[in-house]
Amino acid sequence: MAKPATSRKAPNTAAAGDDNFELRSLHDAHQANPRYAASDDELLAFYEQMLLIRRFEEKAGQLYGLGLIGGFCHLYIGQEAVAVGLQSALKPGHDSVITGYRDHGHMLAYGIDPKVIMAELTGRGAGISHGKGGSMHMFSTTHKFYGGHGIVGAQVPLGAGLAFAHQYREDGGLCLAYFGDGAANQGQVYEAFNMAALWKLPIVFVVENNGYAMGTAVTRGSAETHFYRRGTAFRIPGMHVNGMDVLEVRAAAELAFAHVRGGGGPVLMELQTYRYRGHSMSDPAKYRTREEVQEMREKHDPIDAAKIELLARGMTEEKLKELEKQIRSKVAEAADFAENSPEPDLPELYTDVLVGSY
Amino acid sequence: MGIELKMPALSPTMEEGTLAKWLVKEGDTVKSGDILAEIETDKATMEFEAIDEGVMGKILVAEGTENVKVGTVIAVIGGEGEETQPQPLPQAGGEPVAQGSAAVTGSEAPAAPLPPARGAGGGPMPRKADPAIPTGTNMATVTVREALRDAMAEEMRRDGSVFIMGEEVAQYQGAYKVTQGLLDEFGPKRVIDTPITEYGFAGIGAGAAMGGLRPIVEFMTFNFAMQAIDHVINSAAKTNYMSGGQMRCPIVFRGPNGAATRVGAQHSQNFGPWYASVPGLIVIAPYDAADAKGLLKAAIRSDDPVVFLENELIYGRSFELPELDDHVLPIGKARIMREGRDVTIVSYSIAVGLSLEAAVTLAEEGIEAEVLDLRTLRPLDREAVLTSLAKTNRLVIAEEGWPTCSIASEVMAICMEDGFDHLDAPVLRVCDEDVPLPYAANLEKLALIDAARIAAAVRKVCNR
Repeated sequence: MAKPATSRKAPNTAAAGDDNFELRSLHDAHQANPRYAASDDELLAFYEQMLLIRRFEEKAGQLYGLGLIGGFCHLYIGQEAVAVGLQSALKPGHDSVITGYRDHGHMLAYGIDPKVIMAELTGRGAGISHGKGGSMHMFSTTHKFYGGHGIVGAQVPLGAGLAFAHQYREDGGLCLAYFGDGAANQGQVYEAFNMAALWKLPIVFVVENNGYAMGTAVTRGSAETHFYRRGTAFRIPGMHVNGMDVLEVRAAAELAFAHVRGGGGPVLMELQTYRYRGHSMSDPAKYRTREEVQEMREKHDPIDAAKIELLARGMTEEKLKELEKQIRSKVAEAADFAENSPEPDLPELYTDVLVGSY
Repeated sequence: MGIELKMPALSPTMEEGTLAKWLVKEGDTVKSGDILAEIETDKATMEFEAIDEGVMGKILVAEGTENVKVGTVIAVIGGEGEETQPQPLPQAGGEPVAQGSAAVTGSEAPAAPLPPARGAGGGPMPRKADPAIPTGTNMATVTVREALRDAMAEEMRRDGSVFIMGEEVAQYQGAYKVTQGLLDEFGPKRVIDTPITEYGFAGIGAGAAMGGLRPIVEFMTFNFAMQAIDHVINSAAKTNYMSGGQMRCPIVFRGPNGAATRVGAQHSQNFGPWYASVPGLIVIAPYDAADAKGLLKAAIRSDDPVVFLENELIYGRSFELPELDDHVLPIGKARIMREGRDVTIVSYSIAVGLSLEAAVTLAEEGIEAEVLDLRTLRPLDREAVLTSLAKTNRLVIAEEGWPTCSIASEVMAICMEDGFDHLDAPVLRVCDEDVPLPYAANLEKLALIDAARIAAAVRKVCNR
């Protein structure tokens, strides 16, 4: 593939305007130096956030099994390094984040209180959406976390709109828009790609490729399974990233965000990851083998890897056990709060349909 | 102290299942994420994972056991000492209390409170009247097209967060010239041509509104907005509710709606009833220039998502409009276009003109018809409909659109529910024929509502 052009004034030998067509520049830069040089404290913080998501989701699965959580509940277990690696490089309250229905992890990674998330899952009045949204519909405008959207792919143009607002206000912020390998086949994604590239919107599109669109393996549902290449038709540079290593994710984030903040327009990142659980809680996951799941868990788990690295850097087992204990207690507290908070007051049925009175 | 493992539910409706297989045995050390067992129902098989660390204690339900009730203790895990202090499971009793409590809530809960008197959004509200026009105000004659453009220009001058996007709105000056001159005044940052991708730019508009801007999204016609209806409804209308009032979407989706002339079925449809059925949306369909301007300004200022339905055939019509610095009208209020004592004709958009035409004919026959323009389809001004009905005791609805599940159907329901005692005759509706709109001139004419049909229906309810 072509190397990045060194000058905008390079002789124009390709099609018109192609002298600065640098679709692989970010990808190549990332491959050349794939891991972020985290300090011990940073690595410990990533580990802590990932572990919080893991334990929170396990608890959510447990509460679902007990009937305390209803409807659809999509767990993020296995994908923790993606949200943590990317969002650790953003500023909550400044940069916007939007995602689909598998949203608990992205909220925790943005520092949103586990109690109000868990209470939303159990449908309580103290939940972040007052119990009226549920697992798939949660938002925190103060953190600039914009959901939590249940329609596959809808968050992509909505995210482009959030990026449009950053650009319009010239506030220097960017939008991180997550979607899955399944949503990547929705037409509206490409409508958004086109306009985002046309208008150079400050947005990073993130395909969390966990291998399965519900029960359909990517190879059965996608003609081009290298999702990071799918921006090519819109001149959006792509990056393929190992989503099971939080430091690789963070390193890729640094490159992508710098490109976007520099006015370079959108970036498309594909994060290769894996979900250990079913698509939702009611998915028996018979479309893949147990060996495949075990292989990922045992050999590629992002939390185990971070733990090993911390120990190698001299962190003590005791310290990590203590941390684990704190996280368990935080999650237990959230679950307790979520179980014991009252359901919404009945008049809440009619509130917040409209903002104004007419 | 041991942790009780209970039979999990695979879905909110599952009550029992088969413990198909144990994948661990007593004495095994397990950690979080290990698969302990397989649970089956008639629909699916699922793996049951360990949440806590410990050593498998007693297995209480053997593999192969059928009809194990959800919540039954199936095994015990021994704790590993202090490090994994087990969190007490909720409702440690033997029966599936948690599952039950969720299911029971609906039936045992006290009766739901009565809905607010005027539908969604709160209790009875003070009625808002059109602001009085000061005596001596000059009346200008303007087209609906100009009135709409002026409304947008005034609001864009007033609020820097207002912008317009859509197909051909900028350089082309609007496919129907409604945005004429806006690019020159406000520049390409605020007057934005989009590619022909309604779904995409409706989503970008909704996202920008969620991000704090006030977009006006023009659809070249609402026929093309059908591709974008997901964002209008699922993204714009529902988010405030789903977020517990946190996330607003102050956006206006506007453009021509309803039948034009000789453009065939795919380009001729009234979407008023579609949008008006959706809680969380404001739906406005003005008739004349003063309402077009005053209501579009109100729509742009509203903190709620608004669907603003214009009509291509009225764009070029001229009406009187008061020359005021800030002509803003209340959303949700109907307007009496012509007073009368014998019968009420309820209408909106282009059919208001046809109703007024019919009223002139009827007056010559001695029937004084009151013509009520709904102006806003959601929230619909029930009070204005019922007040006029109480005065005239007879009512006809005139609507340029299909009759089935229409605004006409809704007004008839309102009359039945709350106006029955005032009715001296059945309510009738006059709509388009219940067919896709044909192209041939004679068939198209036959399919569309006209003043003669409205007059005929009025005579019928007046026993003439």
